[in-house]
Amino acid sequence: MPDLSELKIDRTIDARGSFCPGPLMELIRAMKEGKVGDVIAVLSTDSGSKKDIPAWAQKAGHEFIGVVQENGYDKIVVKKLK
Amino acid sequence: MNTVFGGVGMAVDRMSFVVFNGTVDKLFPVAIMASGGVAMNMEVRIFLTFWGLDAFRQGQPQRNFKISKDYEEMGPAMMQMLAEKKVPSWYDTLKTAKELGDVKVYACGMTMDLFGLKKEDLDPIVDEVVGVGEFVEMAKEGKITLFI
Repeated sequence: MPDLSELKIDRTIDARGSFCPGPLMELIRAMKEGKVGDVIAVLSTDSGSKKDIPAWAQKAGHEFIGVVQENGYDKIVVKKLK
Repeated sequence: MNTVFGGVGMAVDRMSFVVFNGTVDKLFPVAIMASGGVAMNMEVRIFLTFWGLDAFRQGQPQRNFKISKDYEEMGPAMMQMLAEKKVPSWYDTLKTAKELGDVKVYACGMTMDLFGLKKEDLDPIVDEVVGVGEFVEMAKEGKITLFI
């Protein structure tokens, strides 16, 4: 796991309180709006996101950087590759 | 119609739904599975028939709170829970999926005739009216087909 604390995050999506598939769909929308190289973090309290987002990133051809367990939520970080 | 044909034995990344039921508890999985399909970059094709089509009549998505008979007594509690937790409606979930991916919603021609409906009687999320044969042709090359 890379050190995510030093990573520059270009955009943070606060999807806490949102249920599956909300956080993933918000991320997909942000990815469409973003530019190549953008690092996007999703804050999520839903139990599916930390599994769904890596699976989606692999399928969509983006880089899944990692998940950090914060206090009561997950911070899931991905990088737009195309 | 934008139909991609695979070769023999080749399936297209397509998820098709036959939506027969029109109760909220059945429409939720349609919207959520469709979102999953979009996320996994699949084409999503939804065929609305009978009560499934009735749920897409103009105005119905906003005023239909029916629950399957089997779970009827849990309906009000479910609705309250969804509202309290601010879960987006099945309709908004489906709309988001449609904005973000390749989702088409089709109305069953036979049901349209039976109910005396015209395209303009349906919610604008519905793309077009198709026959069952046309839909089966679309679904047959797909990888996943669900009846809900």
